[in-house]
Amino acid sequence: MPMTLRDALEILATHRGERVVITTMASVGIWPSFSDSPLDLAYIPSAMGQAPTLGLGLALAQPERGVIVVNGDGSMLMNLGSLVTLANHPANVYLLIADNGIYEVTGGQPTAGAGHTDFAALARGAGIRRVYRFDELTAWKNSAGEALTGPGPVVIWLKVEARYGQKTPLPPRPMGEQLARLRAALAS
Amino acid sequence: MLDGPSVVAALKECGVTHVVWIPDSEIGTWEPALRAEPLLSLIRVCREGEAIAVAAGLMLGGKKPVVLIQCTGLFEAGDSLRNVVHDLKLPLFLIVGLRGYLAHKKGSTFDTCPVFAEPILQTWKVPYLLFDKDKTAPDLAAEYRKAQTEKRAGAVFIAE
Repeated sequence: MPMTLRDALEILATHRGERVVITTMASVGIWPSFSDSPLDLAYIPSAMGQAPTLGLGLALAQPERGVIVVNGDGSMLMNLGSLVTLANHPANVYLLIADNGIYEVTGGQPTAGAGHTDFAALARGAGIRRVYRFDELTAWKNSAGEALTGPGPVVIWLKVEARYGQKTPLPPRPMGEQLARLRAALAS
Repeated sequence: MLDGPSVVAALKECGVTHVVWIPDSEIGTWEPALRAEPLLSLIRVCREGEAIAVAAGLMLGGKKPVVLIQCTGLFEAGDSLRNVVHDLKLPLFLIVGLRGYLAHKKGSTFDTCPVFAEPILQTWKVPYLLFDKDKTAPDLAAEYRKAQTEKRAGAVFIAE
């Protein structure tokens, strides 16, 4: 059964626990349907491709907490070096790459890697040992618990359906308010 | 004159917890001292934009990082710098090797780094000081403390 980004995130929501969840681009618009935790960071406005490294910094600062990053394939392609950086600094970062093959919010143009880039191979080649690939919903549903448990870094490559006609989503709160909530939650 | 041991001592005194970096040929000589200090975690990244994002995550998690890079990497890192300083409003502190500055002052280089480095930080609205060879590690510590006290970003260019 093919997987939508919404389906994928709904499953993630049941397994996130008390971890920080950083969403980017399309996932920013969907994640609030499943969660309104102070540990959520809707990373808009963002620096292009930097969500995995922002998550790494958080995970290094809070080693017991764990950080889940929901990235798109377009964002991942902008910062493939971050896979090497993640491998070099073991921390509990769980990097989901939701791969729809397009730049969803700019008109649906294909990414440079669409249809031929193997993110699992890239992650393994970078030195990340725990790498998963899920092409359909049932497999993701059945294995999400395992993939999201245990030590990081973990890379989870999810093939999701492309959506066209999407606009850049708005975060549920202004960034300043999000960060204040996040810091308070991390300190508590 | 800055060297590895004096810089490490200054960073320790300031309570810095992490150094996120990509070395250049000058600041790279500080590595043995940075590696030897157990109170400082040395975080190696692949590009300078990553260094700034990792530092942002560390700051959100309650740590006190500095970013140590060369000016060429600063040029690459503009989007991260903009986001962390102006969107996230975090007190990022950068130590940046300014390649070719000393030769540029003498008119003996065609390196364009010294031409663009200061205007870049001015454009991104990051207050900075340029450390010529007369500056010391306590000067660096003072600049870091000033930026932290004022809860703002700051940078020091190290003339090379």
